[in-house]
Amino acid sequence: MAARIGVVQFPGSNCEFDVMEAVRLLGGDAEILWHGDQTVAGVDAVVVPGGFAHGDYLRPGAIARFSPVMAAVVALAESGGPVVGICNGFQVLTEAGLLPGALQKNRGLKFLCRTVELRVTSTRSVLTTGVEAGSVLRVPINHFEGNYTCSPETLAELREADRVVLRYVDNPNGSVDDIAGISSAGGNVVGLMPHPERATSALLGSTDGLPLLGSLLAAASVRPMATSI
Amino acid sequence: MLFSVQVEVSLREGVADPQGATIERSLPHLGFDGVRGVRVGKAIRFEVESADEATARAEVDDLCRRFLTNPVIEDSTVRIDAVTGS
Repeated sequence: MAARIGVVQFPGSNCEFDVMEAVRLLGGDAEILWHGDQTVAGVDAVVVPGGFAHGDYLRPGAIARFSPVMAAVVALAESGGPVVGICNGFQVLTEAGLLPGALQKNRGLKFLCRTVELRVTSTRSVLTTGVEAGSVLRVPINHFEGNYTCSPETLAELREADRVVLRYVDNPNGSVDDIAGISSAGGNVVGLMPHPERATSALLGSTDGLPLLGSLLAAASVRPMATSI
Repeated sequence: MLFSVQVEVSLREGVADPQGATIERSLPHLGFDGVRGVRVGKAIRFEVESADEATARAEVDDLCRRFLTNPVIEDSTVRIDAVTGS
């Protein structure tokens, strides 16, 4: 049976359909999870997509973390279920406390929209199990607040526990330790600023997002049918 | 009692503030040569109904910690004034 991937839709999300398209391209089932529903409808994995949830008012993710669906997303994550936050979704997951640290405005105050190179630095996470460690992927970024920061203690913990999933080859935004993506201690929650769903077609410049999302689908399809969240 | 509240949210000491730095760099072009240490934050104003000032302050502090600031990168300072005639 195809893995069921739920894609959260907040008012202001704008990458949810791209994620669903990419999931279907890889043979998975994709469905929208409306932010106002208190459930993730029993899906095998959740993607919190990019955009400007609740207009990014106050701070990116600050209001989204109180959306009714988030309690179910947190419950899924705590039960070991795969949860991936892309771009604004990464900001939402840090605000929700599922991932440590915060995303600040880019160094140089530039909105960045281009394809960058990422080095895969951990294959423990649900997003990178099917990718070779050390390999370099070309994936687009599209953000103003993607400058990852955290306390020195948190950074040490992330490094020691192999939780830095992706690093920029050429740091575009000032992120500490070139961090482009991190995971939870269990590896089942991942946040990243680059958009793997926009790197799924050679015609559009890169297919390097496919092995990342393919890893997520593989992780989702081995999930026991236990969720009633 | 009704209290008027002003919360100033600012980046924590040591957190880079590219907006403040950009403003500071542009000031000499306007002839302001002696301005240093520009930091950009935000002001949030509201009113709160509480039994007394200590209760209002405790509630506002909780609100700041859980919602108005991201404690990883931001601090807040709170000013509370009783609204006269309330």
